[in-house]
Amino acid sequence: MCSLEKRGHVFILTLTGDGEHRLSPEVIAAVRSALARAKSESSVGGGRGFALVTTAEGRFFSNGFDLAWARAGGSPSEARVRLGSMVSLFIPLVSDLLSLPMPTIAAVTGHAAAAGFMLAITHDYVEMREDRGVLYMSELDIGMPFPPYFLAILRSKIANPKVLREIVLQGKKIGASEAARKGIIDRAHGSAAETVEAAVRRAEELAARNWNGEVYASIRRGGLPEICRAVGLSDETEEERQKLLSASKL
Amino acid sequence: MCTFEKRGRVYVLTLTGDGEHRLSPYVIADIRSALSLARSDSDASGRGRALVTAADGRFFSNGFDLAWAKAADSPAAIQERVVSMGNHFVHLIADLISLPMPTIAAVTGHAAAAGFMLAISHDYMEMRADRGFLYMSELELGMPIPPYFLALLKSKIPDPKVVRDMVLRSAKITADEAARKGIIDGAHGSAAETVAAAVRRAEDLAARNWNGGVYSSIRRGALPEICRAVGLPEDTEEDRRALLFTAAKL
Repeated sequence: MCSLEKRGHVFILTLTGDGEHRLSPEVIAAVRSALARAKSESSVGGGRGFALVTTAEGRFFSNGFDLAWARAGGSPSEARVRLGSMVSLFIPLVSDLLSLPMPTIAAVTGHAAAAGFMLAITHDYVEMREDRGVLYMSELDIGMPFPPYFLAILRSKIANPKVLREIVLQGKKIGASEAARKGIIDRAHGSAAETVEAAVRRAEELAARNWNGEVYASIRRGGLPEICRAVGLSDETEEERQKLLSASKL
Repeated sequence: MCTFEKRGRVYVLTLTGDGEHRLSPYVIADIRSALSLARSDSDASGRGRALVTAADGRFFSNGFDLAWAKAADSPAAIQERVVSMGNHFVHLIADLISLPMPTIAAVTGHAAAAGFMLAISHDYMEMRADRGFLYMSELELGMPIPPYFLALLKSKIPDPKVVRDMVLRSAKITADEAARKGIIDGAHGSAAETVAAAVRRAEDLAARNWNGGVYSSIRRGALPEICRAVGLPEDTEEDRRALLFTAAKL
């Protein structure tokens, strides 16, 4: 479902296989497991100077929650219970990404829809292929309300209310060039391979800054208070900040 | 004071007559009545509707009916009338922000102060470019701006410098300028063209056949500051589950 490799100081998490990389409870658990491994390996490695790239094989980055698995529950009410479980299980994954003690870059190598789109933009940077694939919040078209933390992610990462409106209140499908122009992603690239290459290059540059991972995570969380609140990440205390300060080179 | 008609899937609310369409408690009540009609008429199908708000004459709306307020018996009574218009208007804004369908303002003339707030509370704004401007007159009149007005401006206008110019300089903004600055969605040659464009947009959005309850839920989730400021409670987990049951095509 997903692999984790290490190239020097860059961890590369890949959603494997040719499918839609639907975020079932299993896939969510596998991704969290990979993130936990990256975190502990970086800690063993000194806790500074690492970065993570998340990417996917095939035509899809991720098409969101596994609705087929939800429907396989047998009844409409069981389907909704299963959907609810994925909505809940995804929260700690978002939390893990927000707390990861290293810069994170999503190499969006295909379609990213709904929770798959959320997975991508929860990263610090988003590189995306422009030759195929779109970003899309499908909820309005399917008739699903948004979990509040989805909106917290979108509102924190997309500054322009008109762009936000296009995405959530029009269900617009947005390709990489448009997404880059509108500030939804950082850069668009000609192919999947170029996207991954650019993401890894950026990761290497950021890793080379040799930043203290815990400090990086602290600052990241501080800049995204709305998402933190929505996923239950408590505010950093003065004590925690003091502890980080005492480890710094003043 | 206002008419309400149904053109296929589109409701058209028009502030009638050649005057300034000042928002007295009676005009506000009339508008709320029309919105209520739209809401209950759309309830039957629950999906695929949209609302256009327009106005006759040279003004969209020039704001609260200060002349009505000043006609009161005493300074205390004048204050009371001003406060009362504010209280009624908050409910009108809440109605618009929770309306279970896309909303488009056809700004067919000047829109100032509360009149501008009425327009900007819609999801989309089309405006005539041949005459009229958007204007926050409060500073020039020596009147403070209620917090929910500011929440509307900040949530809807992308650039904080534009908001500053409107509230801290009382800048008068023409449609062309407003389109360039991302305040409105389209500028058109005449009032008739503006209404036509608004109705066309309304028809396109209505044709998407979205569930109105889901649309309203997503809109409110995307505008939490406005909801808080006008006293709209947040959707609960139960509200969302109920929508999921009735609306979602899993």
